[in-house]
Amino acid sequence: MNEIQITQGLLLAGTLFMLGLIGVLIRRNIIFMLVCVEIMLNAAGLAFIVAGSKWAQPDGQVMFIFILTMAAAEVSVGLALILQIHHQLKTLDSDAASEMKG
Amino acid sequence: MNLLWLIPTLPFIGAFVLVLFGSRLSKTMVPLIGAGSVGLSALVTLLVGVDFISSSSPSFDYVAWQWLDVAGLSSAFAFHLDALSLIFIFVITFVGFLIHIYSAEFMVDDDGYPRFFAYLNLFVCSMLILVLANNLVLMYLGWEGVGLCSYLLIGFWYGEEKNGYAARKAFIVTRVGDTAMAFGLFMLFQNFHTLNIQEIAAKAPQLFSVGSDTVLIIALLLLGGAVGKSAQLPLQTWLPDAMAGPSPVSALIHAATMVTAGVYLIARTHVIFELAPVALMVVGIIGAATLVVAGFAALTQFDLKRVLAYSTISQIGYMFLALGVGAWSAAIFHFMIHAFFKALLFLSAGAVIMALHHEHDMFKMGGLKKKLPVIYWTFLIGASSLAALPLITGGFYSKDQILWLTLSGENGNIWFFLVALLGAFVTSIYTFRMVYLTFFGKEKTHVHHVPGKLINTPLIILAGLSTLAGFIELPHNFFHLTVFSDFLKPVLPSIAVQEGFESIEYMVQMIAAGVSVSGVYVAYIFYIVKPELSDQLKSSAADLHQFWFSGWGFDRLYNFLFVRPFVYLSSINKSDVVDQLYAGLVALAEFFHKIFSFTQSGVLRWYIMGIVIGGILLLTLGLIS
Repeated sequence: MNEIQITQGLLLAGTLFMLGLIGVLIRRNIIFMLVCVEIMLNAAGLAFIVAGSKWAQPDGQVMFIFILTMAAAEVSVGLALILQIHHQLKTLDSDAASEMKG
Repeated sequence: MNLLWLIPTLPFIGAFVLVLFGSRLSKTMVPLIGAGSVGLSALVTLLVGVDFISSSSPSFDYVAWQWLDVAGLSSAFAFHLDALSLIFIFVITFVGFLIHIYSAEFMVDDDGYPRFFAYLNLFVCSMLILVLANNLVLMYLGWEGVGLCSYLLIGFWYGEEKNGYAARKAFIVTRVGDTAMAFGLFMLFQNFHTLNIQEIAAKAPQLFSVGSDTVLIIALLLLGGAVGKSAQLPLQTWLPDAMAGPSPVSALIHAATMVTAGVYLIARTHVIFELAPVALMVVGIIGAATLVVAGFAALTQFDLKRVLAYSTISQIGYMFLALGVGAWSAAIFHFMIHAFFKALLFLSAGAVIMALHHEHDMFKMGGLKKKLPVIYWTFLIGASSLAALPLITGGFYSKDQILWLTLSGENGNIWFFLVALLGAFVTSIYTFRMVYLTFFGKEKTHVHHVPGKLINTPLIILAGLSTLAGFIELPHNFFHLTVFSDFLKPVLPSIAVQEGFESIEYMVQMIAAGVSVSGVYVAYIFYIVKPELSDQLKSSAADLHQFWFSGWGFDRLYNFLFVRPFVYLSSINKSDVVDQLYAGLVALAEFFHKIFSFTQSGVLRWYIMGIVIGGILLLTLGLIS
């Protein structure tokens, strides 16, 4: 099969990251923001895999496992925080948490 | 003589103890410490004085510690005892002690009893330092110390606004003089590289010739300081208002000691003044002018203490006049006698005022001769000394010596003599006007409270001193006793009498005696025999009366020249130009704050956007560079 060019792989990773970032900026619902953050994390992981395959090192795969582990921990903490926000503000609209205004 | 350091230290310890523990001590303990410290100081003065007189040395120095040693100025906390300072410390401690005893009874009902004695003790300490200092820096310390204590004591009853006003006026007016003196000290240091008085006295004739400009300026600046402290023209306006303080304060500070600090300064630095004859002439002119201005002002006052205040200004004018013609020891002699009788007059005036329950107006007094006999007789003796009644009073011998030397001395002239004679006449009139109005005639205010032993005893002692102390210096043609001027000879140069004048000495004495007695008679006519005459005179010359009453309009003049422009400038500057700079900084900060607080919207996505933008910027910078 054809070798996948590293530039194309990184371009894909970059595009995925940008999509995730735009999603975080645009979505108002906190859970969707969290999902978009996950997309960004996965994009970063894809970048690592592509680089690891280019240099034929296992380091890329190792980094991806780290990222996955970190993502899992982060999601659990994030969901706990979302539960708290919902408990306080009775809504999942992130714009409602604006008590730091001014 | 090694106990010299104790003399200023004992009152200082008294002040220190009273400041720290005064409120906890009993009403008998406070005057015991207050008067006792000055009394011990007087005792040590006596011992030191006996030791000094019996020894043959003309002076004695005691160095306590090295105080300053910077950039060539080396001054120590050192005391210099010689005939001049011995006379001053004798007067300060003895008269001070008597006044402290008097205050023990006079101020006993006051809430600030310990505070009063603390301030008085601090004053005595500062005055002693002033007089004993062997360098001008230490003297300036004492100078400022007495100014401070004068402020504290004039405004002692600070609850009343006018007392605070009088205290501030005294402090500010003397400050003007003190600044001139400071400039004089700067110039002295610049020219002599030392401020040690004896060293300056030795170097001055070598460095400067008679009539040189530098010495003239220095002398005039020192004179400025002396004029401020001694309430002479043009800085005399503070003393009449300073009568707002308690009577013992008026007696100690504004009669016997602080106001004579100027006389002491000029006598101490006489070498400088002798090198600048123009300055000495100015001293004489100021003295002559002041004694006339104050004399006429005293003639119109109705407040008993204000008459005495103007009288003090006038008598110090006599001392300045004596210094101006070069009669140094005559001026010091008059200082000593004046301290006795003026303190006596102020203390008895205070006793009268206290007995009449704080009535100050002489026209509301009267008939006190029988009710307050001790005070009457002591006041009469003091008043006779002030008016210089011939032969029997101390004042006659001191004032007569000044009158004689203004005419016949080396630098004397007829105009000084005539002015001094006029002043003596006016002095006699206003003095006995005071006596007749207060003690004779009908009793207009009743006596509430007869003073006790602690008030009467100092009065009697001072009356004795006013009379007897004059006999140590008798004129040339009248037993020729010169104990006092001989004592001062090592320190102050003596004055020679001009040719051909010795023969008219009798005539001058007769004239002086006649003038003072006729003043008594004039006052008798105007206030006892025909009181309507004085009322007629007052109403027919009402404007002149008002002019003299206001102290020759100096307060109005200074109000117009200095106070009004200053108040006007401060009202323009009400929002404070310099403060606007800082207010501007605050406004700028607030402006930027308003702008930047817009970025704190509290919306989460706004902050994420901020991070993203920052990240893009950093990447761009990283790619460019």
